[in-house]
Amino acid sequence: MKPAFKYIGRHRRAVEHRRFVTGQGRYAADIRLHGMSHVAIVASPYASARILSIDASEALKLPGVLAVITGEELNAAIDPMLPGVDAPSVTRYPLAHEVVRYTGEWVAAVVAESRAIAEDAAELIYVEYETTPHVLDAEKAMDASAPLVHPKHGSNIIFRRKFTWGPVDDHFGQSAHTLSYRVKWARSSTVPIETFAVACEWNDAQQVLDVWASIQMPKYPDLLAKCLRLPGNGVRVHYDVDVGGSYGVKRGLKHTILVGYLARKLNRPVRFIEDRLENMRGGDMQGPDRIFDVTLAFDTDGTINAMRMRAVDDIGAYSGRSPLQLGKPVGAIVGPYRIKSVEYDAVSVMTNKTPQEAVRGFGQAPTNYAIETGVDKVARFLGMSRIYIRNRNLIRSDEFPYLIPSGTYYDSGDYATVFRKALDAAVYDELVRQRDFLRQQGQLAGVGISTCLEPSGGNSSFEPLFNPKNETTTWMDSCLVRVDLAGSVTALMGTSTSGQAHETLVSTVVGEILEREPDTIRVMHADSLHALPSNSPVGSRMAIMLGGAAAGAAKKIRAKLLAVGAHNLGVPVEALIYENGEVIVKDDRSRRIPWDQLIEIVHRKYHQMPPGMEPGLQEKFVWEVPTGGKMPTEDGRVQMYPCHSFESHVVLASVDPGTGKVTLHRYVCGHDCGVMISPDVVHGMTYGGVAHGLGAALMEKFAYSEDGQLLSGTFMDYLMPSAMEVPPVTIVDHCTPSPLTEFGQKGSGEAGYLGSAAAIAGAINDALAERGACIDQLPMTPFAIWRTLQSTAARTQSGDNHD
Amino acid sequence: MSTYTQQVQINVNGALRTAIVEPRTTLVDFLREHLGLTGTHVGCEHGICGACTILLNGDPVRSCCMLAVQADGMAVTTVEGLSPERGKLSAIQDAFCEKHALQCGYCTPGMLMACHALLQRNRQPDEAAIREAISGNLCRCTGYQQIVDAVKHVVSGEKKHEAGV
Repeated sequence: MKPAFKYIGRHRRAVEHRRFVTGQGRYAADIRLHGMSHVAIVASPYASARILSIDASEALKLPGVLAVITGEELNAAIDPMLPGVDAPSVTRYPLAHEVVRYTGEWVAAVVAESRAIAEDAAELIYVEYETTPHVLDAEKAMDASAPLVHPKHGSNIIFRRKFTWGPVDDHFGQSAHTLSYRVKWARSSTVPIETFAVACEWNDAQQVLDVWASIQMPKYPDLLAKCLRLPGNGVRVHYDVDVGGSYGVKRGLKHTILVGYLARKLNRPVRFIEDRLENMRGGDMQGPDRIFDVTLAFDTDGTINAMRMRAVDDIGAYSGRSPLQLGKPVGAIVGPYRIKSVEYDAVSVMTNKTPQEAVRGFGQAPTNYAIETGVDKVARFLGMSRIYIRNRNLIRSDEFPYLIPSGTYYDSGDYATVFRKALDAAVYDELVRQRDFLRQQGQLAGVGISTCLEPSGGNSSFEPLFNPKNETTTWMDSCLVRVDLAGSVTALMGTSTSGQAHETLVSTVVGEILEREPDTIRVMHADSLHALPSNSPVGSRMAIMLGGAAAGAAKKIRAKLLAVGAHNLGVPVEALIYENGEVIVKDDRSRRIPWDQLIEIVHRKYHQMPPGMEPGLQEKFVWEVPTGGKMPTEDGRVQMYPCHSFESHVVLASVDPGTGKVTLHRYVCGHDCGVMISPDVVHGMTYGGVAHGLGAALMEKFAYSEDGQLLSGTFMDYLMPSAMEVPPVTIVDHCTPSPLTEFGQKGSGEAGYLGSAAAIAGAINDALAERGACIDQLPMTPFAIWRTLQSTAARTQSGDNHD
Repeated sequence: MSTYTQQVQINVNGALRTAIVEPRTTLVDFLREHLGLTGTHVGCEHGICGACTILLNGDPVRSCCMLAVQADGMAVTTVEGLSPERGKLSAIQDAFCEKHALQCGYCTPGMLMACHALLQRNRQPDEAAIREAISGNLCRCTGYQQIVDAVKHVVSGEKKHEAGV
């Protein structure tokens, strides 16, 4: 039998790897421009203060210093960055002016001949502050009496909307039981090893700003041009810069506005590379920080009927797209379960902390954690197994496309099978025996389970949902494929890559359609003035959207070659087949035109081309997100993302009762993202996502002191998993193709991360349950676990005394 | 601000490099900014992430936590010096490609140096030894699994080689 695909789904070395293993990657910090100058930042030491004066006279005397800039000058010359929701007075500029709103906020920038001189000069700038009241706790910030982060906005709540999807009250009234709980997802982030870096060069004659940045951001060139008051074609972003990890957060728009402005002002190239503290504190790249209050309504047989969820998200002192991170989960608000109605109260709150940025999953991982915690609690309440309760509520494979209460159709899936495969791979009964054995050894041990969704295909339906003034209904991506005179194939994509191997993706897909060896296909990252529209690799979308666009362009090339063949062979197109780049008459395979001849015709022999056909051979395809193009309904129902991948995690953990230290003994992830175009890439992202979720569950937190100082601004106190903490992970693949995509693929860029924190937290709580303890906030650090054990023991003891 | 400078002579990837540097210049800045060897990356500048790992007289060290002047008279190997010859990959470089042991590539040079150093002193490391050897190198993309697989791939290649396969 002929395999379904020639190149898709096969092991193939990623095209990108060769340059990376030889040290020939080209990252933003590697860009060398003639006469390049360097920026250092003066940051606020206070969470909230008035700036009384800034004295840069000493700094300016230092040899090698080119300029010192403050918010007073910069803000007058640019337009502000605006939030993703309708809050026009919550403006944001790269440099503070008159007031600072968080510790680490940029107050002044120095440009000098070297970074060292710039840093020397930054230390000579004297800023006089008068501190003002601050607020750090999101719930306190909602009080009418709280200090306002943006007084002009009139409230610290930047967005709030309560959605009701379906007869929630009825379902609550009809259910036998309700159960309420609170869980907290801590402020953590993806923290790429590369900090944000940007270099800009202004060309005075052409009036164009060239930008090289470690960027992963939709609409970045457009927003940059707008803020700098340049025409859209006055900015050229070079997307051939390798990005050293992002997972959502590399959105240094403010950095680029500052550096772009300076490059134009000084008329020489300027570069800024965050140091690690700048990245952690003033880089505006912290993640969701959420309190969930959830009530589930369910029956005695384990059927979960309805959910009420309030999610309060602390977005920090300024807003970009961060409030929208409460919006994306609307598209998977019931997880993989048949929950019939939902009330969702989404509250986005500002505090005097570092601003929040998009993080892998765009808010879905915290929501998944909140849902899964509840499912475990229902199981415990009813005395049922967590496997049974999930199987009871999982959407069945024959129910797709499945419409959830909030208006999204899930495209396809076979959740119960993937779940079972994960349990089988973990050898669940054996896992329970191992857990019990560990318990006999004096450890606290537990098994954790999660069944979670990864919405994929990255549409932007949460924009109109959360902002009535925003009518965005497309989040297209595109590709151009070109065949040159020599017959070589080149494809052009319009965004940068931060580890997702897009060159491998595109060349595999184009190779598949054109039946050309993928390793011979070159993939270029066009700059923003040469590129077709792209919305960057967000929302697990590139396999679907860029893959779909590349396939679309390649199919147009193939159609053109068939038309040329038909014209020259004197047969209708329907009589032809396309095979390995040749056009062949179906019924007489001796009649054929090989690739080289077809290419020769379209490039040179106009007289042999069908009348009216454009000479040359290049085709573009711009793809709208499948299921896109629709506005939300009045009551806030919308098709969020088109495709829905599924993952099920099974983990065995032990906790040292004396120290609270957690060890993971076994980790299995069952995963279904439809057809995998590059299995190695999918698996790699999934392993990485699991590790990232492990960090969020057990280790990572941007902690603040009461006076608003960031306490974890280095890698010595913001702890991330190393090879010692991350266990070997077994991935079990399953394939339920999506009916909406070219090859049946779904997205997987957020895989692993969307279910691992939930499963690991579940394992810890299974372990702590032995002692009657429970912990419902992340990260579950050794100290947090130890403290929970101690307080539970004390409570039990004092309870005993009273009895 | 420092205006004092000092001459250093460092053997970098087999070639003697002489330069005048400020004493405060870190070794990684010297490699990247003075010699243009941008394969070595800067991640945290406080000795935790390991992205800047190079070999100093054969041992893996953090090039962000030492000064160029401290390396005077010593031998440094960077990722650019790993290939046996132009256009060829070393066994560990090749294994990283084969096993998809990288994604964004940013931690990769440091990771490669750590793995290379491990294999220099232990040709048959087990999984625990591999994990320990890379435990000072943070990676946010891979979850380390395919990196461990890559080192194992080299080890199994060695075993086959020794068995005459």
